[in-house]
Amino acid sequence: MLKIQDLHVSYGAVRAIKGISLEVNDGELVSLIGANGAGKTTTLHAISGLVPAESGEIILDGTDLRRTPPEKIIGLGMAHVPEGRHVFARMSVEENLLMGAYIVRDKSKVKERLELVYGHFPRLAERSRQLAGTLSGGEQQMLAMGRALMTDPKMVLMDEPSMGLSPILVKEIFSIIKSLHADGITILLVEQNAKMALSVSDRAYVLETGLISMSGKASELLHDDKVRRAYLGA
Amino acid sequence: MGVFLQTLFVGLRLGSVYALIALGYTMVYGIIRLINFAHGDFIMVGGYTLFFTVPLMVAAGLPAWTAVVIAVIVCALVGIGVELIAYRPVRKKGTNMTALITAIAMSLLLENLAQAIPAIGPNPKIAGTFFSTGGFQIAGVTLDYVTIYTIVISAVVMLLLYVFTQKTKIGRAMRCVSEDKGAAILMGISVNRTVLITFAIGSGLAAVAALMYIAQYPSIYTTLGSLLGLKAFVAAVVGGIGIVPGAMLGGIVIGLVESFSMAYISSSLTDTFVFLILILVLLVKPAGILGKNVGEKV
Repeated sequence: MLKIQDLHVSYGAVRAIKGISLEVNDGELVSLIGANGAGKTTTLHAISGLVPAESGEIILDGTDLRRTPPEKIIGLGMAHVPEGRHVFARMSVEENLLMGAYIVRDKSKVKERLELVYGHFPRLAERSRQLAGTLSGGEQQMLAMGRALMTDPKMVLMDEPSMGLSPILVKEIFSIIKSLHADGITILLVEQNAKMALSVSDRAYVLETGLISMSGKASELLHDDKVRRAYLGA
Repeated sequence: MGVFLQTLFVGLRLGSVYALIALGYTMVYGIIRLINFAHGDFIMVGGYTLFFTVPLMVAAGLPAWTAVVIAVIVCALVGIGVELIAYRPVRKKGTNMTALITAIAMSLLLENLAQAIPAIGPNPKIAGTFFSTGGFQIAGVTLDYVTIYTIVISAVVMLLLYVFTQKTKIGRAMRCVSEDKGAAILMGISVNRTVLITFAIGSGLAAVAALMYIAQYPSIYTTLGSLLGLKAFVAAVVGGIGIVPGAMLGGIVIGLVESFSMAYISSSLTDTFVFLILILVLLVKPAGILGKNVGEKV
């Protein structure tokens, strides 16, 4: 579904991504793990067009994303849950969800999706009129995920969904990710919590200062000595 | 009591005009963090458009004020043009400071360009009347129609704007872009298009303000918008720049300060008091009366 070939990204003179290639197949849950500053978020931003790629290819189902205006990408069936949630703090929960369906013209479809997302996240339904900025971190994360699901995407990019959450909430968020995967949504997950990420993923890539150092089945990486020492604290 | 009431109405009238202009500053600032110094000059553009189109409207058998429709369109186009020609290219390449200097340049350009047009020239033009003259008595105070129309029209326009930003898709998109551009893009919102719409609306409001200002002070000249724009900008800052209700409140506050200082202190010191209020607000509440840093839970 998503194929990245020899991607390079720079911020001015700083080379953040130095030629990575990765692939996510239909229905797969693939995670991208690595230390702070390895370039995980930059990779997702390049895919979504929030930062320009310097060279390389990013292909989503045959469409060259580097030639697609960033605001058109969601229309191709790929949603992005950004790091730090980025919910619209001064809008209500429901308005945030409606913004998620901004590109959907059919009002009955929007309503249908809204019901579906509320079904996934009952907590959001309870707080539909509350301003998003007043939600707790976990609720904001659910809102960001719910907002991304409003277009019924084929693929979702998730950036650090567990960041800053309590262990109980981390578990809750990951069980949601698992159920989305079970529903057939293709997911590219970026996480610092490598253990949790590997335990739910099919495959994973390890990113180290802008390069992919390892890749393979998540279950194998979970037991790899190098990965264990560097990212799993064992 | 009579003087007080009269002063209050004058303040509300002035304030309504300031509020409409302040909305233009605050909407543009909210969405691209730029203080559009050329915004005051959009009022001038609106003023001249009115001056030249009112006779056409009258000749067509329509009321004089209908010319404001054309003025709104002309101002919106000028606003869009300024964004496309000057601000957007600079925003892509330069810093905030570059954009600010560009805005000052656009202001000077518009003023001098207007003067270079032979039909305009350096001498002020005097506009005819837009509304029926006269008025009626309330509690011993004469309330003229211009004042009533000004207050009512700006209240209606602001109400429409509020409903627009809250209830329509484009209005919501504007709020999204102003709050978080990156997230707005991820929703599929075109930032460039939204910015253009914001410029069009803000400039259109300046045309409505021009109608009401000129109905009271019929002299039209190329630097008409300079001080008027500056004071409306002060109103936007006093209310909290980037916040739509803040611009409305700030406009009314500045209007009242102006009218009351004129009536009770000295008519030559009104501008002093306007800027004094600015300094006071900035000292006590730097984000403006309605401005606040939205606390975010993590």
